[in-house]
Amino acid sequence: MPMTDAASKTPILRMRGIQKSFPGVKALKGVDLTLYPGEALALLGENGAGKSTLIKILGGAHQPDEGIIEINNQPINISTPQIAQDSGIGIIYQEFNLIPFLSVRENIFLGQEKSRISFIQKSKEETMAKKLFDRIGTNIPINAECNSLSVAQQQIVEIAKTLAQDARIIVMDEPSAALSPRETEGLFNVISELKSQGIGVIYISHRLDEIFRIADRVTFLRDGQYIDTISINDLTREKMIELMVGRSLKNEFPKRDMIPGKIRLRVSQLSQGDNVRDVSFNIKSGEVLGLTGLIGAGRTEAARLLFGADSISSGKLELDGKKLTIKNPRDAIKQGICLLTEDRKTQGLILNQTIQENFSLPNLSQFCSWFFIRRKDESKALSYYINQIKIKITSGNQVANTLSGGNQQKVVISKWLQRNAEVFIFDEPTRGIDVGAKFEIYQLINKLAKMGKAILMISSELPEILGMSDRVLVMNEGQITGEITNPSAATQEDVMKLATKRDQMAA
Amino acid sequence: MKNFNYVQFLFDYGTLIILAGLCCWFSYVTIEEQSPTSTRAAELLANEIKMDVPAGSNIIVLSRQGGEGERFAEALTEKLLKSGINVNSTIIGQPVDARKALEELGINGTTLHGIAADKHMANFANSNLKKLSESYPNFTKTIIFQPKSYLWPNFLKRENLLNIMKQISVVAIIAIGMTMIIITAGIDLSVGSLIAFSGVITALAIQSVGGENPLTWHLWLGAISGIVICGLIGFFTGGLVTIFRIPAFIATLGIMFIAKGLAFIFSDSAPIPVANEAFGWLGRGRNFFGLPNSVALMLGLYAIAHITMTRTSIGRYIYAVGGNPEAARLSGVPVKWILVFVYTLTGILAGLGGVMEASLHITGDPKSGDLVELKVIAAVVVGGTSLAGGQGRILGTLIGAFIIAVINNGMNLTGVESHMQKVIYGAVILIAVLIDQLKIHLLKLKKY
Repeated sequence: MPMTDAASKTPILRMRGIQKSFPGVKALKGVDLTLYPGEALALLGENGAGKSTLIKILGGAHQPDEGIIEINNQPINISTPQIAQDSGIGIIYQEFNLIPFLSVRENIFLGQEKSRISFIQKSKEETMAKKLFDRIGTNIPINAECNSLSVAQQQIVEIAKTLAQDARIIVMDEPSAALSPRETEGLFNVISELKSQGIGVIYISHRLDEIFRIADRVTFLRDGQYIDTISINDLTREKMIELMVGRSLKNEFPKRDMIPGKIRLRVSQLSQGDNVRDVSFNIKSGEVLGLTGLIGAGRTEAARLLFGADSISSGKLELDGKKLTIKNPRDAIKQGICLLTEDRKTQGLILNQTIQENFSLPNLSQFCSWFFIRRKDESKALSYYINQIKIKITSGNQVANTLSGGNQQKVVISKWLQRNAEVFIFDEPTRGIDVGAKFEIYQLINKLAKMGKAILMISSELPEILGMSDRVLVMNEGQITGEITNPSAATQEDVMKLATKRDQMAA
Repeated sequence: MKNFNYVQFLFDYGTLIILAGLCCWFSYVTIEEQSPTSTRAAELLANEIKMDVPAGSNIIVLSRQGGEGERFAEALTEKLLKSGINVNSTIIGQPVDARKALEELGINGTTLHGIAADKHMANFANSNLKKLSESYPNFTKTIIFQPKSYLWPNFLKRENLLNIMKQISVVAIIAIGMTMIIITAGIDLSVGSLIAFSGVITALAIQSVGGENPLTWHLWLGAISGIVICGLIGFFTGGLVTIFRIPAFIATLGIMFIAKGLAFIFSDSAPIPVANEAFGWLGRGRNFFGLPNSVALMLGLYAIAHITMTRTSIGRYIYAVGGNPEAARLSGVPVKWILVFVYTLTGILAGLGGVMEASLHITGDPKSGDLVELKVIAAVVVGGTSLAGGQGRILGTLIGAFIIAVINNGMNLTGVESHMQKVIYGAVILIAVLIDQLKIHLLKLKKY
């Protein structure tokens, strides 16, 4: 039975006055959340607003200091993850909990195998799994090994797993972060399916477009405080940002009054197997060149080739008319190219080391006499950037993993600024960064453009790529399928057409 | 900032506290009455006797054989004679010898005013003098003099402390390289075998170049060849780990067997003696302000390694490679060269350890170095270096090595038998690692 008027039902979940303190920090200061069956509730707030803590309390990983949780009007004390699971709460974290070498079926029933005298009844599990997949409208092969699945498929398996545990409340933490637009569309279909079956979905995302697509109501948190819960129909993009950040951001993308100069980086016929084929482009001084496409289109691969992170099969690179030979990242850095990877945590920073150590890693030759590091010069250089680009840290000796995503990105940018790089390749520069900090990153990119650097910006977020770039290249299946010369006049549909161009021709 | 951060304190000084605690404990349980037998003690005793007996008195000097006994007795006799006291005889030997001498004196009927003895002989005299004076009246006025004794732990004697450092020097020196490898998230199981291999190569080289009477430069040549060959093996291991991407555990396991086997093959399974005592300089000599040469070498290498790891770009790179190899590579760190460097360095240090071991016994022995790799790894881990890589400190490893050496030494002093020693050993390693985990847990809590 489809739920037409969710608000008239009794809530499936109600959290009231939830408070939680950690040593030194009050993470939640009295948060309310109400979820009705058959609705999707978006939970929105900047990083550090308390979303994760709230979800962890719901999942039994943390205990609230104060507050009441009710499921179907029954107060409940969720003291362990097991109790959460038994109460019908399923949480899908950003990192999946699937075991790579077990099959889809085995993963779905892990810990609750259908067995008779400890022999697993494979066929029974198979039929049950098929039923589950029918329910959410997917046709993933049930006996495939999980590591052979795409990220999107693994996510569906996670959802099926929670359904197999009879979840009535499903929480998804940034589910679309690693998905391509098309896969995200598939996820939305699954969510609609879940809604029609009376399951309540809590959806966490930084992507406002998605929230307009999928959510019925939005609950806003800011600095651990409950702000408001508003029906999606009463919200605009601007209003959302204002409620999240607590002030209005007039313009999501800062203006840049800069006319690109002469050509700096010239890339011709860059190739690597099937991943990247005959990619040619150039970037002018002070220009931001956008590069987009679906996940797996070869954008990141092309960027890694430019940087020497992978080896090229053929192609030529020129910077300011000089031919470049790049065999590894060391060569690229020496010749003025830097890459800000999409995944700062695994590729951009050494998380257990200090900011200063991270900052000076590519710059040690500048700070060394003989082999000895002049630590005073090092910290002097770092403090210059701390002031210049407003990195919020207490000292350079702070360990990198204590920083927020935005500040981590600023540390990465500062290390390449110190290196005096000429070509900046940003791969998903604002992934996992909240709205307020995003704006600052955009300002920084503009600042770099003003300095005459050549900037290549890869992004899956179409508003971002259209709002920030001077020109946009679109890739599909390793090739450039088109160029948008006037992004401010282009629509997201224009980009999507180019991004799927090859597909349609093949079909 | 104002609050004392006890977690950080534990993190920084935890192992040092354990070491201090162990030292205190072993000092406490090995406190014993100490009776000095130094020349200085002999002088003091002579002065005391001079005050108590008139000049020209008859004194007999008794001292046990061995240790400082001879020197003590000679110094005492000389000093007494100088101050005009008549030393009838100086006996250095067993209580039986002393009894014989006393009985002779008794038969002669010489009045004996005093017996000056070390602690051991004084005990003998105390228990026998009464009986002797019954049969020989000339002993009735005899006073027994012995050096003033005092309470002092056997553990804290200078000799013992130097001994501890000397015994651990080989393990500690190799642990420098092992710390660097473990910081890069690797491991090296081959170092124990390399000790044997290096010792055998060194002894063989000296034998084949120097023949029956090797000269000093032959010894140098032998030692350098042992060290260089082990360095090359380390370089090769580094190649296996980086170019062929063989896990370090497996690569070094293979090298461990090969090196051990070759050590036995090259030496025909028998220790190879070095025909020049001068070869013992490194392992036995004491040329640095009374410090054993091996200890001086160890301390010097630790100073260099500490500075390298904390102040130089190489040190930074090693930590970076261990913390996140991909991020390091993308920041322009020559990851492969750093890995090859740490394995080569460890090979060189293991080679040096082999030379030290051979020098100690003046022999290249294929059986030496057994299980040393595990002691080395234990020192590193007890010193707070995480096997996950990226974290650890050189000085921590030195403390870890000392902890292991102190436990070993302390248990020997207190007479714990060897199988029980192993059990305690293992327990200490586990406790050290548990404390490490606790630290990590507490620090995580602090972060919120």
